[in-house]
Amino acid sequence: MPVAVRTRSGGRRGRRTAVPYVFLTPAVALFVLTFLLPIGYAVYLSLRKVQVSGLGLGRGSRTEVFAGLANYRAALADPTLLTGALRVFGYGALLVPVMLGLALLFALLLDRPRVGLQRVSRIAIFLPYAVPAVIASLLWGFLYLPATSPLNDTLDWLGGPQPDLLGTGTVFYAVVNIALWGGVGFNMIVLFTALRAIPPELYESARIDGCSELQIAWRIKIPLLTPALVMTTVFTMIATLQVFSEPMTLRPLTNSISSTWTPLMKIYRDAFATDDRYAAAATSVIVALVTLVLSFGFLRLVQRRAFGQER
Amino acid sequence: MRRSLGAKIMVTTLAASLATSLVAACGSDSGDDGPIELTFWSWAPEIEQVVDAWNADNPDIKVTLSKQAGGGDIVTKLLTANQAGNPPDLAQVEYQSLPTLVSNDVLADIADLAGDAQSAFAEGVWQQVTLGTDAVYAIPQDAGPMMLYYRADLFEQFGLTVPTTWNEFAQTARDLRAQTTDHYLTTFSANDPGWFAGLAQQAGAAWWAIDGEAWRVTVDDPATRQVAEFWGGLVTEDVVDDQPMYTPEWNQALNDGTLLAWPSAIWGPGVLAGNAADTEGRWEMAPLPQWTAGANVTGNWGGSSTGVTEKSPHREAAVKFATWMNTDPAATELLVRESAIYPAARDAQTGPALADPPAFFANQPDFYALAQEIADTAAGFTWGPNVNVTYQTYMDSFAAAITDGTPFVDAVAAMQTATVGDMRDNGFSIAE
Repeated sequence: MPVAVRTRSGGRRGRRTAVPYVFLTPAVALFVLTFLLPIGYAVYLSLRKVQVSGLGLGRGSRTEVFAGLANYRAALADPTLLTGALRVFGYGALLVPVMLGLALLFALLLDRPRVGLQRVSRIAIFLPYAVPAVIASLLWGFLYLPATSPLNDTLDWLGGPQPDLLGTGTVFYAVVNIALWGGVGFNMIVLFTALRAIPPELYESARIDGCSELQIAWRIKIPLLTPALVMTTVFTMIATLQVFSEPMTLRPLTNSISSTWTPLMKIYRDAFATDDRYAAAATSVIVALVTLVLSFGFLRLVQRRAFGQER
Repeated sequence: MRRSLGAKIMVTTLAASLATSLVAACGSDSGDDGPIELTFWSWAPEIEQVVDAWNADNPDIKVTLSKQAGGGDIVTKLLTANQAGNPPDLAQVEYQSLPTLVSNDVLADIADLAGDAQSAFAEGVWQQVTLGTDAVYAIPQDAGPMMLYYRADLFEQFGLTVPTTWNEFAQTARDLRAQTTDHYLTTFSANDPGWFAGLAQQAGAAWWAIDGEAWRVTVDDPATRQVAEFWGGLVTEDVVDDQPMYTPEWNQALNDGTLLAWPSAIWGPGVLAGNAADTEGRWEMAPLPQWTAGANVTGNWGGSSTGVTEKSPHREAAVKFATWMNTDPAATELLVRESAIYPAARDAQTGPALADPPAFFANQPDFYALAQEIADTAAGFTWGPNVNVTYQTYMDSFAAAITDGTPFVDAVAAMQTATVGDMRDNGFSIAE
């Protein structure tokens, strides 16, 4: 206390107010260097284009010029971007509810009193999350390809049909399945941790009032889990809009996934396969804006319900 | 006063450096600046042995190797390094990437220093480094002449003869399917544009050409459409499989004999040894089937060259090294033995390192003799400045043609549209 008083009364006000900024500097510098600058550069690139003259073989025959909004117009006019975006929305509409439903179910099951093998099951469900998406997709690729799939072998042995899990109609679900396998565990852990934070007195009084375990889950646990559910939903939505590794890894294995199957794959193609960084930058900005609008929109929509009591 | 002193210093320095370079050019080693330092980017395995051999014999030009990721990655990296102002002096570059790099000011025209090297290479190979102009943009290193690999044992089992024309090839595919539904003669891969480009070259395709000061783009020329129609017909008939190459499933199909043949390139034995190890000694190689009976043409699938960068301060020394590496008998022998490449230089193709067949083809003692005859018949080809766009469109449009059951020629039309569209957007002059 005396120290604080002396500082306040001393003539070193400037130094005192500088201290928090000094502590903030590393974080702010990193934020600016690794986040704001690249975003700014992407926006800058998205307004530029290459201008070649003649054959483009002589010295200096290629210059970078200002393009205005041409890259944005081209990106928005490209039907493959819209198809990819709609595919991703469909993917999210299927993946998010199923993933969170399963995660919630597992979390509630593990949270029941007297569950056998609780720790082992928890780790087993979580483990796929620790497998990088590329590795997971490669493994699943082997399981999907008819010639190497044990499923097809078994069906063949039983005389059943030989489904092509990477065919035009099925490949969408094949990708959803990989994401589901990899993501349920993480969401389950988040929800399970939130469940553990609920005071047990609530359950006790519910039981005294004659609540069954099912009713406890439905009337007490799930309503109290709402904030955690909202958070996992937002995270899953964002991850969904950024789907990339799974289809990218499966692409060389099948004719059913194009290079613009999702918007991010199109960005990758433009930037690294066809060397058009400018188009890639413009599409990136569009995807980032859509993601931002969607995740904030969802947050606004559910905020009052989920966090009402905190207001 | 001051200015004249500066001018004097400049003249003296110029004269001195001229003298030094003259002396150096005469072969005497009186310069006290130490050796010329060159950096070289390459992805060929064990190429350090070739570089070491050069450094041991040439103390005045020291080459430092930097190992890179192959194919497309090195192009991206070269573009970036060039923009940052520190590209290497020399780089290994696939033929189809040369125009892209030249167009971005990365590679230099070395015609005045390397023109003599032309005689060492087959015409088809040399055209790939000149783009059909007077310029020379790289020294060819390895070639990928295409040939037909087939399972001799299974051909015998099914009573098939090795097709010498594409018509016979189609009939062979049908004959096989008439006997069994478990096998295909081969597969059409929508994932390998380089493969398709090689087949199109054989048919006489010319996707790009330089016409004065403008590009002529004809990816949908009659030859290419003919190739696409041919394969599209076989896929529609279901006598040729439609699954991509280089997948676990394809490996399995090669290994268990589901696929009986593979139109591929000279480096095929290495791939087969790695992906279908169980089939050693059962394959044989023959020339690619021909479009006209009795003709003798092939195309190239892959292959790379050594380019010298525009920003290199030691262009002459760099060209000297590149020429030595790719034409000198001792150097090419090292390339063949250690880096396992098929040399582009004609003399090297009959060199002692290629006297014996590849281990996987021990049953075909004349493998490399036949290979050289085939390599000599490779059609020339001019690559364009946006092969990557054409290739990418190949993958998407042929994959869609297969899954949607639409004509393959439409996919070729899509390649043409995308290629021309991209060139137009970027401002290239295009001849109509």
